[in-house]
Amino acid sequence: MTTESHVHHPNYVKIWAILVLLLAVSVLGSMSHVREVVLIAAFGIAIVKAYLVAKNFMHINVEKRWVPYLLVVCLLFIFILFAGVSPDVMKQSGLHWSKNPTNVEAQSAPNAPVKHE
Amino acid sequence: MSGEVQHAEAGFFKKYLWSTDHKMIAMQYMFTGMAMALIGGYFAYVFRMQLGFPNQHVPGYGIVTPARYNALVTMHGSIMIFWVAMPVLIAAFGNFLIPLMVGCDDMAFPRINRLSYQIFLVSAIVLLASFLVKGGAFGGAWTAYPPLSANGAYNLTPLGSVLWLLAVALEFVAFLLGGINFTVTAMNSRAPGMKMYDIPLIVWMIVLASVIFMASAGPLIAGAVMLLFDQTMSTGFYDPTRGGDPLLWQHLFWFFGHPEVYVVLLPAMGIVAEVIAVFARKKIFGYKTVLYTTWAVGFLSFVVWAHHQFVAGIDPRMANIFSITTLMISVPITEMVFLYIATLYGGSITLGTPMLWALGFIAEFLIGGVTGIFLGSSGTDIYLHDTYFVIAHFHYTFVPIAIIAVFAGITFWYPKMFGTMLNDTLGKIHFWGTVIPFNVIFIPLFITGTAGDQRRVYSYAQFAEQSRPALQHLRTTSTIALLVMLSFQFVFLFNFFWSLRNGKKAGPNPWRSTTLEWSVPSPPPHGNFSELPTVYRGPYEYGLPGRADDFTPQNVPE
Amino acid sequence: MSASAKPIANTRSVTGIPTARLITWWVIASEIVIFGGLLAAYIMHRIGHPEWAEAASHTNTWAGAFNTLVLLTSSLCAVSAHKAADAMDGPRAAKLLRLTALGGLLFLTIKGFEWTKDIHEGFVISSGGFWSFYYVLAGLHGLHVLAGMIIMLIVASDAAKNQELQRVECIGLYWHFVDIVWIFLFPLLYIAR
Repeated sequence: MTTESHVHHPNYVKIWAILVLLLAVSVLGSMSHVREVVLIAAFGIAIVKAYLVAKNFMHINVEKRWVPYLLVVCLLFIFILFAGVSPDVMKQSGLHWSKNPTNVEAQSAPNAPVKHE
Repeated sequence: MSGEVQHAEAGFFKKYLWSTDHKMIAMQYMFTGMAMALIGGYFAYVFRMQLGFPNQHVPGYGIVTPARYNALVTMHGSIMIFWVAMPVLIAAFGNFLIPLMVGCDDMAFPRINRLSYQIFLVSAIVLLASFLVKGGAFGGAWTAYPPLSANGAYNLTPLGSVLWLLAVALEFVAFLLGGINFTVTAMNSRAPGMKMYDIPLIVWMIVLASVIFMASAGPLIAGAVMLLFDQTMSTGFYDPTRGGDPLLWQHLFWFFGHPEVYVVLLPAMGIVAEVIAVFARKKIFGYKTVLYTTWAVGFLSFVVWAHHQFVAGIDPRMANIFSITTLMISVPITEMVFLYIATLYGGSITLGTPMLWALGFIAEFLIGGVTGIFLGSSGTDIYLHDTYFVIAHFHYTFVPIAIIAVFAGITFWYPKMFGTMLNDTLGKIHFWGTVIPFNVIFIPLFITGTAGDQRRVYSYAQFAEQSRPALQHLRTTSTIALLVMLSFQFVFLFNFFWSLRNGKKAGPNPWRSTTLEWSVPSPPPHGNFSELPTVYRGPYEYGLPGRADDFTPQNVPE
Repeated sequence: MSASAKPIANTRSVTGIPTARLITWWVIASEIVIFGGLLAAYIMHRIGHPEWAEAASHTNTWAGAFNTLVLLTSSLCAVSAHKAADAMDGPRAAKLLRLTALGGLLFLTIKGFEWTKDIHEGFVISSGGFWSFYYVLAGLHGLHVLAGMIIMLIVASDAAKNQELQRVECIGLYWHFVDIVWIFLFPLLYIAR
């Protein structure tokens, strides 16, 4: 059974070298004391790396158009999930309430009932 | 031109238990689903006996204790959704129909297909095994909210809860595998000439349902892993005293749970579409509109989930947003129902048994949909949440989906599946004996729900307002109606099994339908088509002027 | 079951994408929502619990970074295997796939050492919110690495005989996805304390 090449194969070692370089930069960036630098180094570079892998290794850009659209829609659903759930999970307190009146950060007895004020 | 490798005659094991033939796998799913329906129906019988005749010995069960009551309602819900509705509507009909209707010889990946059934079977066995462990089956409701579901000391079914979770997880894996198989087959394996808009609606619906399932199940799978660890490894994902949040489970669950109802609705609507086109001898009104509306419903279904959580303590601004989206989603669904009614209008209608079921679906589902409006708007939901109003609402949607539409499908495709006709008189008796009692079961529950009956309560004896005789009469009426409805199911079972051998022999196309599955023998042979078809037209060419007959099959050249 | 027993359904391609690759994309789509759901849940909690930074500081950044390097390199092997398969060189594709799987094994081994050390220091799955998420996230990912390795070896054994070469690209796609998940897990669990 023939496998016709539907992709053009670039120099993969070159791509790999760029990815490794980016990895090194992100690790170096993580040692910075400036929070914004750390976050951008960590996640900004992660996004770039993911893009490079998707484009050059997975050949998403030469795939039928609806394929990346499908994947992006799935990602979109995750963002919707995040948007709908995070106000409840992320916020620890509001105008007239707080979530952990006992302010527990270390583990208490497993499955202990929640104390109410 | 078959391209089919000649097989030696398969032995019993290979033919019935190890087959990769999509039709046999469909039968496996269908019979497993039907068997689970008997179990789920039995549980409904038991707990409705408790509600209708409180604290009496239930014939065929015994005394219903509060803990057992919780397990019964939990298992009833779980079984009906995961082990009846989904396998029959999606896996059985999908497996049987998709290759036939798109004109190919099997699914794109027959061995993955077989694997998906095997995983499904294991999931059913795990669930049934949970009945036998210490503490019995899980009793924390099919929605499994923590901390009740995470803590064995609270739900009193520590082993059952773990097994239930594993069973659900396995079922998800089975349907993920099956679903992508259906999707790939429908996308890629179509007969030459079958373009996107020539695909029968039921195939579209099953594929879209699979896609919706796939996109929504992910977060719940993640959540289920977390719940499993909360149950077994003392993690605190949902424990607020340990930094977790029980609301997270609710969100993850309903992010899946709401699209899930459309996952089961879509195939049901697909079945109804096929049946009404054939029995009204008329093409579906607005095929493309139906399709686009379905895509809209599919997408919208992902942004309405928190209407199940209006009173759970979610951010009120979210409640606002979800109220709006929930009311919005009723529009495209109503539109689809209108399109079906428009299909019927002016049609040359014959009221065969499948058509009765299809019409029954439209009528009953409308009631379900309309009552959902009260629940979708957060203001009224504050009062109605967790009452029997909700139960009545979702049974007016689920029963049309999982029972009425399923019977429409079974009575319609039975000749193709088994080569004989069902007895039509028995079919009609079964229809009326199901649909009339169904309404008598649930209309009283709308009333008791608005009167304050809370869900998942095994006895109202301690609630002065609820233990009034007027309300108890309604509950008892509902129970008796259930007994009537259940007894008529024996008519169906008898008809089904008796007609296998003794029914009138069916030709390839007893309903004079246009779609490809009716162009092959009944039942179809291994490989389906002796000559793979080419498609020349859309799937609903009925009653067109200037044609030789009142229907023109898809594979007949002009 | 030999390749010739494939149904016609498997060989048709109305979309223009071969069925094997088509199903692989759907698998990846479903995995996006699985990992996405878990990651979203983690991110929400992490942002809402700044006090988890203390626990998070105990993850070993060097182990994580080295594992990232391992996975990136194994992805290189996987895509090179694809190139070999496209050139109809099955044995070479098989060799590269086996090298990829070896990378996966190295990844899991390093993780094994890493977790052993963590557990010895008393950080187990029930040690608190951060650690619960850490083990579930990395564990689920690790299971996918393991599953990928097993499938990869099966594909490799067919490819070595110049059979089913189209599957080389497909398992590669899956592997790249697993790599991408780790590309995000690494900063989440090891850098962004």
